[in-house]
Amino acid sequence: MSRLPRTTANDRKSYTQMTQWSGYLGLILQGALVTIELTLMGSVLALIMAFLAGMGRVSRFFVVRAIATAYIEFFRGTSIFVQLFWAYFVLPFAGLSLTPLQAGVLALGLNVGAYAAEVVRGAILSVGREQYEACTALNLGRWQGMRHVILPQALLVMLPTFGNNAIELLKATSVVSLISLADLTFQAQVVRSQTGSTLMPFLSVLIIYFALALIISWGVRTLERRMARGLDGVRI
Amino acid sequence: MPAPIIKVDAISKSFGTFKVLDGLSMQVMPGEKLALIGPSGSGKTTILRILMTLEKIDGGHIQVDGEQLYHMERNGQLLPADERHLARMRQKIGMVFQLFNLFPHKCVMDNVTLAPMLTKGVARAAAEKRAMELLDMVGLADKAKAMPAQLSGGQKQRVAIARALALSPKIMLFDEVTSALDPELVEEVLNVMRKLAAETDMTMLLVTHEMGFAHDFADRVLFFDRGRIVEEGKPDEIFRHPKQERTQSFLKKIIAAGHRV
Repeated sequence: MSRLPRTTANDRKSYTQMTQWSGYLGLILQGALVTIELTLMGSVLALIMAFLAGMGRVSRFFVVRAIATAYIEFFRGTSIFVQLFWAYFVLPFAGLSLTPLQAGVLALGLNVGAYAAEVVRGAILSVGREQYEACTALNLGRWQGMRHVILPQALLVMLPTFGNNAIELLKATSVVSLISLADLTFQAQVVRSQTGSTLMPFLSVLIIYFALALIISWGVRTLERRMARGLDGVRI
Repeated sequence: MPAPIIKVDAISKSFGTFKVLDGLSMQVMPGEKLALIGPSGSGKTTILRILMTLEKIDGGHIQVDGEQLYHMERNGQLLPADERHLARMRQKIGMVFQLFNLFPHKCVMDNVTLAPMLTKGVARAAAEKRAMELLDMVGLADKAKAMPAQLSGGQKQRVAIARALALSPKIMLFDEVTSALDPELVEEVLNVMRKLAAETDMTMLLVTHEMGFAHDFADRVLFFDRGRIVEEGKPDEIFRHPKQERTQSFLKKIIAAGHRV
């Protein structure tokens, strides 16, 4: 006599479903890794472009200002879809073939970098004139003053908006599913078409995007707190 | 008689349609302590800012320590100064501002050592040793690690003085350095300046509304009005026996406002 519960057909079915689900969840997590990778690499490129173009905008030299302005206006003024398609489908005609990941990083970095460049410019201009005058009175060169006095103060102003930009970039990574890069959104659609379930894949990607955005917010806030240390008279 | 260390020759400067300096000329001897007084908008701060190269001039010439400030001599011609020439000339001059202009993200020590290390290539150890001497001189040796936001106005201004001194300028410009301070903090800054005057042979130009201090401190007082020097002389002459009517009415107003002369 056995008191152990018997495995019924019904149980077996739910077990197979569970292994299937975990397999599908695995797919979605793989997609999440691609999204994270794109976000990190895109952010690095965006940051580089933001500082190049943002500082270019306040350059003494007209040509530098003009190039920076053209870059910013062009990449803010055209759709990121179109930029991605150009990077992936059109550049090969110019002899430059990119992998989907490279094309994605390029489009995302250049696009978000254009927005962030205006943040850099605004933050540099927000540092008071008296700080520039102190630099002159102490005979610091333009670059020395920028590097040691202006930028460290401007960085604190940039950070909150950089956080916004990074979250925008994270969400914009979903466009790469259009060039068949298997990111979070792409995998959700794969799972949906294979299982016929809509709620489960879309709910999981919703949660994952949100969690990633929260991590970015938290990271930027922590950084902000650390950098603001001492500025308000409280030494922590 | 030694040559003047500053020779200002017919400087004019306008902001828009407002003529701040109207063909101003003056000379300052090495080691001289000069007080610049006058109503606001009379051009006294502007000439200090021009000497620090914070403003551009519209016309005229300035000679500092035997060299043109805004011009360079090239093959017998006077050309507008380039950035390199200005940087070299700025080494001779230091300035302390009304609102201190400390770097808020750097501690007191770093505020003082930054410029010597960057512009003169002084090693950190040597720069910090010199900074400690200067902080000691202004009575703030114990605040070396403090952030500017932790200091009172008077302490900030004393740090600013130490910071300017760290570059060992021949000429120091003080632009209303006590105007932004609470009354009880004014004296600690003035004391530092007295000490500086007693212990060094630096040339010092100060724009001030502290008439009592100007009287005791200065070798010579210049009274500015409408972009020109209306009257100049020994402190006693200017403060006790002003000849010009404009000087008299200015001093009357200042005394009426409660300033000690």
